[in-house]
Amino acid sequence: MRVPSDSAADTSHLTQSPAAPMRRWLSFAAVPAYGAAVESACLSLGAIAVALFLFGIFVALGGHNPIEVYKALYLGGFGTRFSIEGALTQASPIILTALCTAIPARVGLLVIGAEGALVLGGLAAVLCATAVSTAPAAIGTLVALLGAVCVGALWIATVGALKHFRGVNETISSLLLNYIAIALFNHLISGPIRDFSQTLKATSWPVPPAFRIGSILGWSVHWGLVIGVALCIVLFIVLRYTTLGFSMDILGGNRRAAQVAGLPIGRLLILACAIGGGAAGLAGGIEVLAVHGAASESLIVGFGYTGILVAFLARQNPLAVIPVALLVGGISASGGLLQRRFEMPDATTQVLQGLIFLCVLASNAFAGRIASFTRPT
Amino acid sequence: MTDANGIGWLGVALAIVGGALRVSTPYLYVSLGEVLTEKSGRVNLGLEGVLLMGAMSGFAAGSLTGSPWLGVLAAGIAGGLLGLLHAAICNLPRVNDIAVGIALFLFGMGLAFYLGKPFIAPRAAMLPALPFGFWSDEPAVRAALEISPLFLIGIALAILLRWALANTRWGLLLRMAGESADAARALGYSVNAIRTLATIGGGFLGGIGGAFLSLYYPGNWNEALSSGQGLMAIALVIFARWNPLRCLYASLLFGGASALGPALQTVGVTAGYYLYSAAPYVLTLALLIYSSSTRHALAGAPSELSISR
Repeated sequence: MRVPSDSAADTSHLTQSPAAPMRRWLSFAAVPAYGAAVESACLSLGAIAVALFLFGIFVALGGHNPIEVYKALYLGGFGTRFSIEGALTQASPIILTALCTAIPARVGLLVIGAEGALVLGGLAAVLCATAVSTAPAAIGTLVALLGAVCVGALWIATVGALKHFRGVNETISSLLLNYIAIALFNHLISGPIRDFSQTLKATSWPVPPAFRIGSILGWSVHWGLVIGVALCIVLFIVLRYTTLGFSMDILGGNRRAAQVAGLPIGRLLILACAIGGGAAGLAGGIEVLAVHGAASESLIVGFGYTGILVAFLARQNPLAVIPVALLVGGISASGGLLQRRFEMPDATTQVLQGLIFLCVLASNAFAGRIASFTRPT
Repeated sequence: MTDANGIGWLGVALAIVGGALRVSTPYLYVSLGEVLTEKSGRVNLGLEGVLLMGAMSGFAAGSLTGSPWLGVLAAGIAGGLLGLLHAAICNLPRVNDIAVGIALFLFGMGLAFYLGKPFIAPRAAMLPALPFGFWSDEPAVRAALEISPLFLIGIALAILLRWALANTRWGLLLRMAGESADAARALGYSVNAIRTLATIGGGFLGGIGGAFLSLYYPGNWNEALSSGQGLMAIALVIFARWNPLRCLYASLLFGGASALGPALQTVGVTAGYYLYSAAPYVLTLALLIYSSSTRHALAGAPSELSISR
């Protein structure tokens, strides 16, 4: 049964490689921060390429021409103005739900509760808008969005608080909270706040039309996208250039070091969760105010779970979340074209997203390898 | 669900028992699979994807071959393959097993919906039911006590797994990989190999849980088949404190809790239907808050597990 261990004898990796001077040509070390960024970008792009290749094989097995499918993916997601608008509309909530995983990840938490925070945010937007239904339009919109942010933030802050005070695993508690949130949501929209004039499916009271968020001038993309992009940029700056961001990175990198440095660990954990939850709640509020006009099942379409994929693909960097969300949004948006042109099931883009996710995680195994190849000796 | 109008509140109790017996089987299989995987020191959060793939392949194989038992086998194999995928990626260095689980969940779900599209319409041959209520004239009792053979196999598996983990060489190896990877390595065993086998086994059981959904109850294949039973596996295992026998009790409890809403509906209590459906999740969260501590890991948790550190 026993297999001799091979790790003891092999010391060749400790000796100096003769090719070291050559590698200096490839060095990113002069700008170490950019080196790491370039490396993550390379890994993510490589992972996407591998996933696309595997996807090509997958569709070829189904009897489709992979080149044609790639073309349709491009056309349906990015090729025309119409498809770009579709991709941007899809990306808008995903940008925000990705932050719900990306920001807590900075303090070392793996939170997957964006779906729950999103539906509750949508609910809060409806309730707040109804409460101030006579207010001027701008104020009503603001109150509804603020309500969505607060409810989302509180919901996920609970996850951080449970982690800090009771040691409850954040991944599991946020997963359970998703289901509780969705049950609460279904309960409210199918009874207490149901609009009974909508008979097709359970829908909440509509938000006052004046409070609806409109489209960006000349585009059929709503302003929610701009809010999401702005939030990403602000969070990037805060995390990168402030003491708060630095403290979060220390906590995420080494909890013990954060303790020794006297950082307020509990407050940082809960704050990071609250920021993430607020972003996801905002996503729900914007979806209600800009797209649906009321809270209904249409909110529960997995934006929260796609956000997790986007956060990992962006390597938890808020700035990288923007292009990645556009890419993933484009893939989702191209589903319709794939369906029409090749009669493929609508889950096709889901398969591609799953493949990308798996490849990105596998690519983590190569993190640091490129840097160690190019590090000057 | 059982027609309980005739016998009132007794009917509610019967409907909950019947529901518990019916609904608990997928819970039982995914939780046993998850125990097997987690005892080796790895978490597979992707059992929801495995469950759906199992349901789809079970239904497809069942309707193509006409034999539901071949369907169950196909479901297990499909689940095992997804388990292998999870293990293969987790065997790479610096890969987070929880994240891979989430990816596997999304991938398995997409794959099941993609491949299962042609099978939404036809019906497959269903698994037989064993009529344990034969002694009663009451149709409600008969309906409640119709038990799937898969449930009985699941009970046997729970007992077997409990015994094997405690008393066999394989069980000891598995627990060693889960409690101290260094000890396993020092004795010359490959931790990755043990965990790979455990994840494949866990996937196999999860796939069978899916086959129960598509081949017995509710007994068809569609995209809304699972209501998160696979995602609950991880909570169930914590609930059961990594003990296969307690998985059985926990599954029955969760099955009963899930049957609460529909059972109350049969006697006209429809208010809060959706709130009752959240009962299992609230139950788990409450237990988790109660039993967790910042000072020590969860009782009974394998110490190599990423969720208990």
